[in-house]
Amino acid sequence: MDLLSFARGPALTVALVVFVLGTLWRLAGVMRRPRMPDLSPAREGAPANLVGALRAVVHGMWPRKEFVQASLVTTVNGYVFHIGLALVFFGYAPHIAFIRRLTGLSWPALPDMVMYLAAGATIITLLAALVSRLTNPVLRTISTADDLITWTLTFLPMITGMAVVFEPSATILARDQVIYPVPLAVHLLTLELLLIWFPFGKLMHAFLFAFSRGATGMRFNHRGIRL
Amino acid sequence: MSAPDSATPVFDKQGEQSDEARVDAAMRSFVSEFGVTTALHMESCVRCGLCAQACHFYVSTGDAKYTPIHKLELLRRAYFREASPFAPLVRALGLVKKPSIVDLERWQELIYDSCTMCGRCTLICPMGIDIAELVKEARHGMFKAGLLPERLALMDRTARQWGSTATPGEDLPDILAEAASKYGVEIHCDLAAADILVTAAAAELGEHTKALADAAKILNRIGAKWTMHQGGFDASNVGFNNGDMELQERLTRALVDTAVKIGAKTVLLPECGHAYGAARWEAAKWYGQALPVRIIHMTEFLDEVIATKQISVRKIGETATFHDPCQMVRRGGLEAAARRVLAALGLRLIELKDHGVAGYCCGGGGGVVSNQRAVPLRHKVFEMKQQQVEATGAKRLVTSCGQCRITLEMGAKHAHWDKPIESLLGLVADNLTV
Repeated sequence: MDLLSFARGPALTVALVVFVLGTLWRLAGVMRRPRMPDLSPAREGAPANLVGALRAVVHGMWPRKEFVQASLVTTVNGYVFHIGLALVFFGYAPHIAFIRRLTGLSWPALPDMVMYLAAGATIITLLAALVSRLTNPVLRTISTADDLITWTLTFLPMITGMAVVFEPSATILARDQVIYPVPLAVHLLTLELLLIWFPFGKLMHAFLFAFSRGATGMRFNHRGIRL
Repeated sequence: MSAPDSATPVFDKQGEQSDEARVDAAMRSFVSEFGVTTALHMESCVRCGLCAQACHFYVSTGDAKYTPIHKLELLRRAYFREASPFAPLVRALGLVKKPSIVDLERWQELIYDSCTMCGRCTLICPMGIDIAELVKEARHGMFKAGLLPERLALMDRTARQWGSTATPGEDLPDILAEAASKYGVEIHCDLAAADILVTAAAAELGEHTKALADAAKILNRIGAKWTMHQGGFDASNVGFNNGDMELQERLTRALVDTAVKIGAKTVLLPECGHAYGAARWEAAKWYGQALPVRIIHMTEFLDEVIATKQISVRKIGETATFHDPCQMVRRGGLEAAARRVLAALGLRLIELKDHGVAGYCCGGGGGVVSNQRAVPLRHKVFEMKQQQVEATGAKRLVTSCGQCRITLEMGAKHAHWDKPIESLLGLVADNLTV
């Protein structure tokens, strides 16, 4: 079995199994912790708790006006990163072909130029985040190994992906066989590392953010606090 | 992330437990707190550091150790070792160090001296992590370990003995009689039956008895059947701040049980933020079921009696700015009530740059006002508040929490700032019209 076959076969299977089971395990482990019901009477006129939770999820998408100035760089960097990453992962034609092979699902791809710009912006935001984490006293104080592991495992698929983009995506997809099997295998393996790490580190915020914001939203809603 | 640093070398201990027993007690308490909401919040942090930008202690000093999420470092370690979904793996691989007695001792500086549990950090957190609530839960463990600032421990011991940090119940009739005589108002005490059980903040039973007279004046004006009562009179629940859950329950039950005993349908809380947090939102937890009485803050009461025209007030006709007490507004949802009362008083409100839900804490909440070690930090925070107040150009500075007033008055005294800090209740009582 060559490296690409390994990456496309057993390695991918293992990564997906760890990703799915690990994520479910962590979510279930948190959600089955004891619930402590709030027996106090809700603020008169407070909407249903679910409404409060959903409002908090939406409000959390952008900082309150009092905090915009202080959090602007972090927020904009985060938005550019997340949007860029989503565009590259879901919009690049070879990625869509990969997902179609796995799931049968597909959708129209975005133009290559958009992908190159998105990937470039994503890499720049990642580098900016790293510089900030290594130099900002607050971030240096609160950072853990998880932050550097997660950063590295997010950065690697981006860089190895850029390393296999030598031609337009239409040309790549038109071929019957891969002409750069080792770089492609390395790219795929870095993605698999990311999937394996996902349930164990802070990448889980991709799922947890809604629950976390929602829990506070319910608490605040109950008390009549306007977010 | 390293263990919390400290520039203060000496920390306090209570009791005779061994160091090992203290660590075990703290860990057991932490684990008991890890319900689903707490677990979600422990799991969700992405360590973006934005919470620092919301914390008055960080903003006023620029010291990274005051970053709110850093104040939870030991709780985080306890969670991931003992309660997280991967806890067995974390322990087996030694990925997270168990907090030591030295860690816990030094943690006092971050968990008691430099956090007012004001919750401003909760508002900025993109994950919605309620750091203030987590700090409160962390304090439960610190109390169990006998590791809290001695000044707070002293207040705790007093409240355990007297049911109040200010005075034993037996002295209440004398205190009220003296205040009644001084201010020329009838103050009821220990009536066998009443509709409203009126409670006080500790400071009102000492230096600030005018607040008792002010409340009595308004209650008498509306013809309410009310009383204060030796059985439950001090609502400023020190157990809530200290992390002493047993005391918090006992003080809470004293209020509710006394209200039930005299047939009161309402417990009226004083101008005290933490009283509101402890009684309005947490009393039912300790009571074990929905409360048989309604609990309202003095500001809600003033808002109601003005809105229903049970009292009317003279228009003062000046400019004022308002300091929002965190436990009432950001943590309690009473942002609009105080503003309606100010409007009724004809005060033209000029808001602070940061106000309402996002207003800065006075710097003394969560017991910090009583914690002598925190005095220099409080003064730093006061400078921010002073600048914001002066920037409004408002003639008067009003608030509706006695602890905030005391904190601000101490800051003003230190800064030689001669602006009086006025009580909303006092303004209403002083401007009642016939």
